[in-house]
Amino acid sequence: MDLDALGRCVSTASCLVTQTTSGLIAGLLLFLVAAGLTLIFGVLKVVNFAHGTFYMLGGYIAFTTLQVTESYTLAVLAGGAAMAVFGIFFERALIARVYGQDVLMQLLVCYAVVLIFDDLVKMVWGADFLAMGMPPAFQVPPLFIAGGIVPPFYAVLIGIALVIAIALAASLSGTRAGKTVLAAAQNPTMVSALGVNTDRLFAVVFAIGAALAGLGGALAAPVRSLTPGMGFSVLIDSFIVTVIGGMGSIAGALLASVGVGLIRGFGTIGFPTFTDGLIYVAMIIVLLLRPTGLFGREVV
Amino acid sequence: MSAVLEVSGLEVFYGASQILFGIDLKIEQGQTMALLGRNGAGKSTTMKAIAGVVAPRAGRIAFGGKQMAGMKPYAVARLGLAYVPEDRQVFPEHTVRDNLLIAAKKGPQGQDEWTVSRIWQVLPLLERLRDRPAGRLSGGEQQALVIGRALMGNPTMLLLDEPSEGLAPIVVSSIGDLLRALRAQGATVLIAEQNMHFCLGVASDAVVIDKGKIVYRDNIAGLRENAEVRSQYLAM
Repeated sequence: MDLDALGRCVSTASCLVTQTTSGLIAGLLLFLVAAGLTLIFGVLKVVNFAHGTFYMLGGYIAFTTLQVTESYTLAVLAGGAAMAVFGIFFERALIARVYGQDVLMQLLVCYAVVLIFDDLVKMVWGADFLAMGMPPAFQVPPLFIAGGIVPPFYAVLIGIALVIAIALAASLSGTRAGKTVLAAAQNPTMVSALGVNTDRLFAVVFAIGAALAGLGGALAAPVRSLTPGMGFSVLIDSFIVTVIGGMGSIAGALLASVGVGLIRGFGTIGFPTFTDGLIYVAMIIVLLLRPTGLFGREVV
Repeated sequence: MSAVLEVSGLEVFYGASQILFGIDLKIEQGQTMALLGRNGAGKSTTMKAIAGVVAPRAGRIAFGGKQMAGMKPYAVARLGLAYVPEDRQVFPEHTVRDNLLIAAKKGPQGQDEWTVSRIWQVLPLLERLRDRPAGRLSGGEQQALVIGRALMGNPTMLLLDEPSEGLAPIVVSSIGDLLRALRAQGATVLIAEQNMHFCLGVASDAVVIDKGKIVYRDNIAGLRENAEVRSQYLAM
């Protein structure tokens, strides 16, 4: 524990800016993945243990797309789009068979997919760490804000993640399709009885959730290394965020993700050996005070 | 006249226990059929099976000549059958207006006469509540909403499960007015009810269900005259 260092950082503008930025980056990337997880849980009531696999595949697909096309924009879009398509197949072929069944069945199906794709990634891309590197357009000197170092790519990442967060929230609460999704989350049978093809709706929601994870992986690839099994730690973090924010709540996922990111950003300075522990402490405190999470509702 | 809805030999099980033992029903264009019976007689299960919410073990359900036993609820709804469940099932966090908009669709032949503004005309109380979350409406207001929601799909037939249940008499009578108005426009309706007096006022025909079987069928005047059937199967 090094509270002196934490105190010095918080009272220095440059350190404050640097750590806040890196915390925001970590938090917002986590949000993209966790938002997909909480959306899928909220609507389909499926705990998607394979969500980290979508994140991993999104990263690897972006890696290869960037090598082939040299366009990072295309790479990100490819990561998201490929996972949307993959999500539809995954939901229709596998998850649709375990709706309403024991959560252990869902766990088994998802875990099988995790293992299979971890090995497939090893076969295709190799077992070693891969570094995508910073896209050429962002290989420029960093910005200095109040003395703190902010790479331009970080600023762009924050912008993209916030735009996706706002677009997701606005389309859920402001469009007829979004309202139908929210109604189906509460009462899928009634929504179906009104003539809405809930099979297709569920597949689309799953695809959006998977695409968010794929986008998260693609956007994270330049700042993190790629490795088979990289989905696991993201999955755990996403579960933590989903639990803190409240299962099924997008706003909760955003708040919790940014919170977790900032705890990481400043925790590495104040509590370098206990950073992950801090996040679990935060989760325990939230659950003691609000057992359904920040924005969660009673599960009926 | 040809039957719009024809149910034959319908059997439904919940797990190992059988609920319906071969229900036969025939509803013609423009009829308002009351499906009467005591609590637990099988009324709601019959409605759910027709709506596709529960899957029958045996039997046929034909709507407009099309076999639909075992179809999913949305496929049944798209054939033009609108289902209003017994416990209403509004979307509690959505506003009254959003509850209606979620249900908006064209009818099976492209009918589009029911719109939100037409619902406001026939159910003016809903317009005043348009921006209120449906979970904060009274029981009667919710019942009006779910009937309006069903109409938003421009159905050719309505399935109403216990529309008068738990409602104040004045609300029941206004729902009765609405159903009579729909009947006057030629709507085809199947109403499951325990409340015989309500049905005597709105239905053209009646069938009585007991222990999962149809035990009586006649027009509504016949039921009104038949004290024996009423006391044997419907006495409260």
